[in-house]
Amino acid sequence: MSLRQSFLMAIKNIMSSKVRSLLTMLGIIIGVAAVIVIVGLGNGMETYMTDSFKSMGTNLLTVSIRGRGSSRSVSDEDMYQLVLDNPQYFDGVSPTVSYSGTVKIGTESLSSSVSGVSEDYIYMKDYKIAQGRDLSYMDMENRSKVCIVGNYIASEYFVGSPVGKEIKIGGNTFSIVGVMEEEADSTEGSTDDCVYIPYTTAARLSYTGSISSYTFAVKSEDTVTESKNIIEDELYDIFGSDSAYSVISLSEILDVMSQMIDILVAVLAGIAAISLVVGGIGIMNIMLVSVTERTREIGIRKALGAKQKHIMRQFVIEAATTSALGGVLGIAVGYGLSSVATSVIVSALEVDMKVSPSIGSVILACGISVAIGIIFGYLPAKKAAKLNPIDALRYE
Amino acid sequence: MIPLIEFKDLYKLYPMGDTVVHAVDGISMTINEGEFVAIVGQSGSGKSTCMNIIGCLDVPTHGSYYLGGKDVSQMNDNELAEIRNKMIGFVFQQYNLLAKLNVVENVEVSMMYAGMHKAERRARALEVLERVGLSDKLKNLPKQLSGGQQQRVSIARALAGKPKLLLCDEPTGALDSKTGKEVLELLKEIHSEGNTVLLITHDNAIAAKADRIIRLEDGKVIYDGPAKSAPKMISVEDGGDA
Repeated sequence: MSLRQSFLMAIKNIMSSKVRSLLTMLGIIIGVAAVIVIVGLGNGMETYMTDSFKSMGTNLLTVSIRGRGSSRSVSDEDMYQLVLDNPQYFDGVSPTVSYSGTVKIGTESLSSSVSGVSEDYIYMKDYKIAQGRDLSYMDMENRSKVCIVGNYIASEYFVGSPVGKEIKIGGNTFSIVGVMEEEADSTEGSTDDCVYIPYTTAARLSYTGSISSYTFAVKSEDTVTESKNIIEDELYDIFGSDSAYSVISLSEILDVMSQMIDILVAVLAGIAAISLVVGGIGIMNIMLVSVTERTREIGIRKALGAKQKHIMRQFVIEAATTSALGGVLGIAVGYGLSSVATSVIVSALEVDMKVSPSIGSVILACGISVAIGIIFGYLPAKKAAKLNPIDALRYE
Repeated sequence: MIPLIEFKDLYKLYPMGDTVVHAVDGISMTINEGEFVAIVGQSGSGKSTCMNIIGCLDVPTHGSYYLGGKDVSQMNDNELAEIRNKMIGFVFQQYNLLAKLNVVENVEVSMMYAGMHKAERRARALEVLERVGLSDKLKNLPKQLSGGQQQRVSIARALAGKPKLLLCDEPTGALDSKTGKEVLELLKEIHSEGNTVLLITHDNAIAAKADRIIRLEDGKVIYDGPAKSAPKMISVEDGGDA
């Protein structure tokens, strides 16, 4: 008797009692679907996070200076020198001074963020200028009251090009020299709702007058750690203590967070996998009942010359087919739930996150469900194969 | 000539509480190819145990059983399965057809276990079903057939693998007397075509249809001879048995 015949026989048996077969498969269906959805959620989360970190720049290092004792800050010249000394690691540096003055256009107040940056900042961030010009070195030198604005401000508050128009920041009048290209979705509070002014201007207007933060652009994401070490060494030399500053790398944070998500997904998928085992036990249970119910059939088959291996094969294949079928249904349910989850997340949380099951998890879930069928089908099959034909034939 | 079946001082013992029941108590006999033999006895006479051993469903406690010259009394489960598959065609009282398979598929089962190809199997199944006169019921399920028809399917199934021995356990036991007669006639015809037929029954009237009767009582052979001379000595005590 060939495997194909055993398989066809198994299909026939499964189809002859559909409700029972479906109930038998339920555990496997739930388990497989759960694994697929959880892995899909994990993938979605990771992709979403990577994307949002990438838009903030994974090639950037943010240095915050808290200062220590009398030395409250480092000079911007030192930081520029650091970049010039290590051209193989750094692409550029920009002091970043956040300025908390109110932004006013005419009589309207805006909640836009105002940052003082150098002329390299826009390039380092990979932003583009849509109209007008970028900030220039001369603007820094002259502490000019000029600014560039994000697309949100340009499109919401100005008719036509805002270049050359005026804007008030903390009571000072700035003239708009450039408009950035749309970076996000041009809504309030997004990356497009921003104003950049020369850092020198910002430093003078702020109360402290010092620069407490720098953004470094590194040459390659692969050398982020080395670049970070160089900056830390330099700052340690200046302050003599590592508590006076901190250097944060987005790509390192991203790595740590990805790792945490991976662990979380693994744990959750493991819990879901327990239901696969429970499903397997369900299959074993039904197969044991089935062996008892079909004792007479087994007796007849044995009388007609079925060997132990034939009976064994028949029942193992039936169990494996049942759970494989459950696996396939589980994959379908898993994909269905994933797309439902995606639309729920998008509409309820207004986050553009896609629950994307991986092919790997599908293959794994399928493999596991077949394996479970074989493992949990083995015991009932063994019981069936061992039946004494005389007793089996006499069984009512 | 090597006998088809040879029992040599064969015993089958069952422990029953403190005592041991001798279900088969030292039987020696031979049955040759082409014979039509009835083993007859009341319940408890050991005929079922005998049938199980002859049918290679069971092995004797001691003594030897040669089937076609081969000692099968020491064989294991799988070897016995193969012997059953190749040598023996079973006809049971309750037909024992597989309920989920149709008539042709039922007839094909033993050939499937023999590893025969599908086309060959199908051809042989159609041939034997034609022989028992059921060519028009091929796709029916067993429950859609009458008892007599079901028994004829089971005879077709038994013949399909061209066995050396047709082993019929109370083949008419579940049938009314008219259909029972028809089935017996069919078995007689099959015998006359050169098959060895062994009938196990408690009913002397049925046993009388055979050429030779082996009568068992308490696990021993008490008569072994032509059917014609048998009825006289057993008819009296057997009156109420059926």
